[in-house]
Amino acid sequence: MNYVFFILIVVSILISLVNGNVENLVKGMLDGCNLAVKVAFSLIGLMAFWLGIMRIAEKSGFITFISKLLYPILKYLFKDVKKDSPALGDISMSLGANALGLTNAATPIGLKVMKELQDENSNKDVATDSMCMFLAMNTAGFQIIPATVIAILVALGASEPTKIILPTLIVTTLTFIISIIIATILRFLWNYKENG
Amino acid sequence: MEQISLYILPIIILVIFLVAIIKKVAVYEEFVEGAKDGFNVSVSIIPYLVALIVAISMFRASGAIDLISGFILGITEKSLVSADIIPIMLTRSLSGAATLGIFSDLAAQNGADSFVTQMAAIMVGSSETTFYVLSVYFGAIGIKKFRYALLTGVLADIIGIVLAIWVARLFFLANIG
Repeated sequence: MNYVFFILIVVSILISLVNGNVENLVKGMLDGCNLAVKVAFSLIGLMAFWLGIMRIAEKSGFITFISKLLYPILKYLFKDVKKDSPALGDISMSLGANALGLTNAATPIGLKVMKELQDENSNKDVATDSMCMFLAMNTAGFQIIPATVIAILVALGASEPTKIILPTLIVTTLTFIISIIIATILRFLWNYKENG
Repeated sequence: MEQISLYILPIIILVIFLVAIIKKVAVYEEFVEGAKDGFNVSVSIIPYLVALIVAISMFRASGAIDLISGFILGITEKSLVSADIIPIMLTRSLSGAATLGIFSDLAAQNGADSFVTQMAAIMVGSSETTFYVLSVYFGAIGIKKFRYALLTGVLADIIGIVLAIWVARLFFLANIG
């Protein structure tokens, strides 16, 4: 991430100097600061709401039920998570929220999963294999119906906007599976490198 | 289709509440107890959001995306992808709002039924803002060493782009040819 951050900032400034649009650059910088705080503040209410709902779901055994249902699959993907960990149920809820396109719910639940995985982590600065796997599944962006894209197509008068559902589903499913495979392969490589 | 998405949310919440009442959970007390953390978590991610959103915002404002698009177009086969679609490939892992903006623009200019728009739609619909998710999720719990998470995300994004191009050609190219 250090490299990504460095490259984004330095390349932007250099290109902007060459292009002679430093005014835009500075405006972009200030807008970015404001936007970041706006995003965080709009998240406060959503976060509180979903953490509240999730707490109810947890207390009523709803999450435990879902985690038991998916445990046979999840235990292979999240080897270092204990069987009775609350993380397993929340991982299922988070992936479900993503798949259904409930972006509002996905971030709060995802952050809750990360906290639970961190509780089981012995080295608080370093990501665990389970965190990497969870993020691999998350960043693959699996979604059953790309509602926002369809909405834009509808707004622009596409004749059959729903035509893109099947091809998108194929791509997103394949990417999801490939992402899990990549994470599994890299897990072996990294653990080999770190532990010999 | 939109209708279905609209109903999912209330129905999930309804199910959770019904189960809770059957199990005699004190719904109000538990909700408030859970919601308490909302503020702290949201505020704790501000530094990470500022770092990433400012960097991406500067990157877009500098014109870097146009420059890199031109470069990529120079080295790829002209017939494979349209020049208009390259900015989407570059932004889809960085910023959701920017990607949707570029996509709307592209669809408006090329027509909502054009092949380019269809390819772009698949590419946007199957994407997730990898850098955003990684920095916010790791930031919230104070992880500094991401290990292989970033590499996994980037590789999966590249494969996703290639798959989107391939599947779009498979599905839609016959229609216009």
